[in-house]
Amino acid sequence: MNSVMGMICVAIGLVFNVLGCIGMIRLPDMYNRLQASTKCVTMGTSMVLIGVMIASGFAHSAQLSVRCIICMAFILIAAPTAAHALAHGAYSFGVRLWEKSIVNRYEEDFPQKAPKQEHE
Amino acid sequence: MFFILAYVVLLACCGMCLYRVGRGPTAPDRAMAIDILGVVVVCFTALLALKTGEAFYMDIGIAWAILSFIGTIALAKHLEGRGFDE
Repeated sequence: MNSVMGMICVAIGLVFNVLGCIGMIRLPDMYNRLQASTKCVTMGTSMVLIGVMIASGFAHSAQLSVRCIICMAFILIAAPTAAHALAHGAYSFGVRLWEKSIVNRYEEDFPQKAPKQEHE
Repeated sequence: MFFILAYVVLLACCGMCLYRVGRGPTAPDRAMAIDILGVVVVCFTALLALKTGEAFYMDIGIAWAILSFIGTIALAKHLEGRGFDE
């Protein structure tokens, strides 16, 4: 029973991972790709870790469960932080928005932080 | 059987990340793809730990996640043209 439930959770997480990676391939500019892949892959990996925790049985292998919880907490904190820093860095570096993007609140709020040069 | 399928799916994810690393038009694209690759590899190590019953595979995953995070922050700060302490 534990094993089946864990496998279902792992399968859901893997579906999210694949959708995030497909979004990273298909979307048009860097910021779209960043948000698609970061959100989907972070939550999908968390789901896989929850599934591993359930499938291994909480009591029988407490070592694995504790490591899964630590890893999940770290990923849930670190991956959005890294994505935020990377978006700031990309904007300052001069990555252009997609030409069909309609709003850029960051530029409206901080016009002095506009990039000095633009990269295609 | 389930594990073989899961490994194939994760290898496909890694392949897509590597495609973006090779193809990415700008440097931040490549940095982002490396970051996502680190998280996918954590997934891989979790499944290996479940299959083999050895808990130390998760240690590899935790270490990989931490190193990937530090590397991504360093690359982002470098792209922004600033140092670590600003």
